[in-house]
Amino acid sequence: MSIEVRGVNKQFGDFVALDNVSVSIPSGSLTALLGPSGGGKSTLLRIIAGLEFADSGIVEIEGLDATHLPPQKRNVGFVFQHYAAFKHMSVARNVAFGLEIRKRPKAEVKARVDELLALVHLTQFAGRLPSQLSGGQRQRMALARALAVEPTVLLLDEPFGALDAKVRKELRDWLRRLHDEVHVTTVLVTHDQDEALEVADEIVVINEGRIEQIGTPDQLYDEPANDFVMSFLGPVTRLGGQLVRPHDLDLSTSDPGGASLGTITRVSRVGFEVRVDLEVADEPVLVTLTRTHYYGLGLEVGDVAWVRPAVGAPTVASTGREVRTEEPVSAHPS
Amino acid sequence: MTELSVVELPDSDVAEVPAGTGPSRGWVTSKRRRSPRLVRYLFRFIAIAYLFLLVAWPVSLVAKNTFANGWSSMRTALADPLVTSALKLTVYVSIVAVILNLIFGVGISLILVRRRFPGRRALSALIDLPLAVSPVVVGLALVLTYNRRDGWLGTTLEGHGFQVLFANPGIIMATVFVSLPLMIREVAPVLEEIGTDQEQAARSLGANARQTFLRITLPSIKWAVVYGVVLSLARALGEFGAVKIVAGNVAGRTQTATLVVEQTYQDFQQNTAYATSFILAFVAVACIVIVSIIRPKGNK
Repeated sequence: MSIEVRGVNKQFGDFVALDNVSVSIPSGSLTALLGPSGGGKSTLLRIIAGLEFADSGIVEIEGLDATHLPPQKRNVGFVFQHYAAFKHMSVARNVAFGLEIRKRPKAEVKARVDELLALVHLTQFAGRLPSQLSGGQRQRMALARALAVEPTVLLLDEPFGALDAKVRKELRDWLRRLHDEVHVTTVLVTHDQDEALEVADEIVVINEGRIEQIGTPDQLYDEPANDFVMSFLGPVTRLGGQLVRPHDLDLSTSDPGGASLGTITRVSRVGFEVRVDLEVADEPVLVTLTRTHYYGLGLEVGDVAWVRPAVGAPTVASTGREVRTEEPVSAHPS
Repeated sequence: MTELSVVELPDSDVAEVPAGTGPSRGWVTSKRRRSPRLVRYLFRFIAIAYLFLLVAWPVSLVAKNTFANGWSSMRTALADPLVTSALKLTVYVSIVAVILNLIFGVGISLILVRRRFPGRRALSALIDLPLAVSPVVVGLALVLTYNRRDGWLGTTLEGHGFQVLFANPGIIMATVFVSLPLMIREVAPVLEEIGTDQEQAARSLGANARQTFLRITLPSIKWAVVYGVVLSLARALGEFGAVKIVAGNVAGRTQTATLVVEQTYQDFQQNTAYATSFILAFVAVACIVIVSIIRPKGNK
């Protein structure tokens, strides 16, 4: 294990940021810490980096007890949401910073900086100041700067949070491919479930200072531990006290067995997807289907239909902790 | 990590908007155009007239009087040993005061902005005190603390053979007292503005506290420090009230340039007074002009 966190607690005044958190992050993997804003994921990352210190608990990096080490002794690379570019230095000097601190020979520094600038596609911007770069370019520079010192772990705190949607999407695809090349143990903090599902090998879901679930994206999606995880990772609807994904619900015109009868209250179409709102026992239920499937059924508003979860679809008992699907979690940055 | 093939990067992010062409800029310009031209000129005229009558005209009169007979006033003044020794003392005191201000000003600013401790707001308010209190009061306060008969600290220091009042240490202390806030009020807001992100990044990249300060913090606050130095230098050169009380005004020994101006003026040596005043004003104005020229544009 590259990073071991055991029994970490952290409070800011009365606010409990982390409550007895333990997690193991394997070497060479890309792990996402996923959760809503204020859930404690950034605090955990900053404790791993040494930018904050835990009230109690242990942090080990590559077998070394780092709990009380200052950040400069941990050999971690840290990338901040707002880039933290050294504004008075050129792009090349920014990237060279960690190497110059380590008093590496000039020729080695130059070679390494050139190599990293090529890696992040900023070679032609080497002489510019950070203020002359776009947000995406600045973040790539910050990534090169963090990688320059060959860190044992690379920590990214909402690295794409300040970028617009298109650049964000491109950069995360790029980050995934970069990680496949570089293989440095990487921990990424994000509140965007799409980002975590797309990029990470493993996801740690953190909410209210506690770990809700740890697993691969598929495990989390297919076998959510509870209603919070299920609702945080994608759209859900409630059917008879169970949470289920709207696209995992089957609609039929006759009783297939084990189904509930509902009345269609609304039908709307978004692209290839048809959203059917039903009322089942006075409770709203949402079903999404492909348009061909929907037209094949021949159902319209006011008709009654049978609805049940598809065979093998994950369902979780609703305990009222679910995130409301009406407000997509990715819409508000931390 | 030495043989990396380059990962293909999508190109949509490469296209950038040149700095300063965003929509907000145009908005500001069009907003500005809304006030009628006449009103704008009127405001401009009032501002210029105000500055002219209050600052430019009186100061230029000092220059005019100084050079009314060509360079003769200046030569007379600079030939007077009282004037030259006072100028030397002023330069010495100002330089020492500015160095002390530099060290303590930056240090106190760092503590004020980067640390959270009980009494922080009280300290912040206390720092403005010298700006609010009349320098004469500052001088009296120093006399009460450091006089050799019943001063709270003065008797002890005097016992160790260290004279504060009517000597250079007293003059320097009075000068530091009145000019310290100028340094802190320049540096602290800039420290606040740059935040801690860059410093944390430097720490995570292996820099210790000293390296972080020298390589990251100091370059970021460089211009604020320079400006603070210039302002406190100008203030130090011109300090009169506090220095007059603590210095004792012993001609040739504890008489600073401003005290010489007062004395020569009262002794009907107006020409010497004008010439000395001109030198003081010239140095202060020159400092500010030089800094505003070398300071990079748009960098506050």
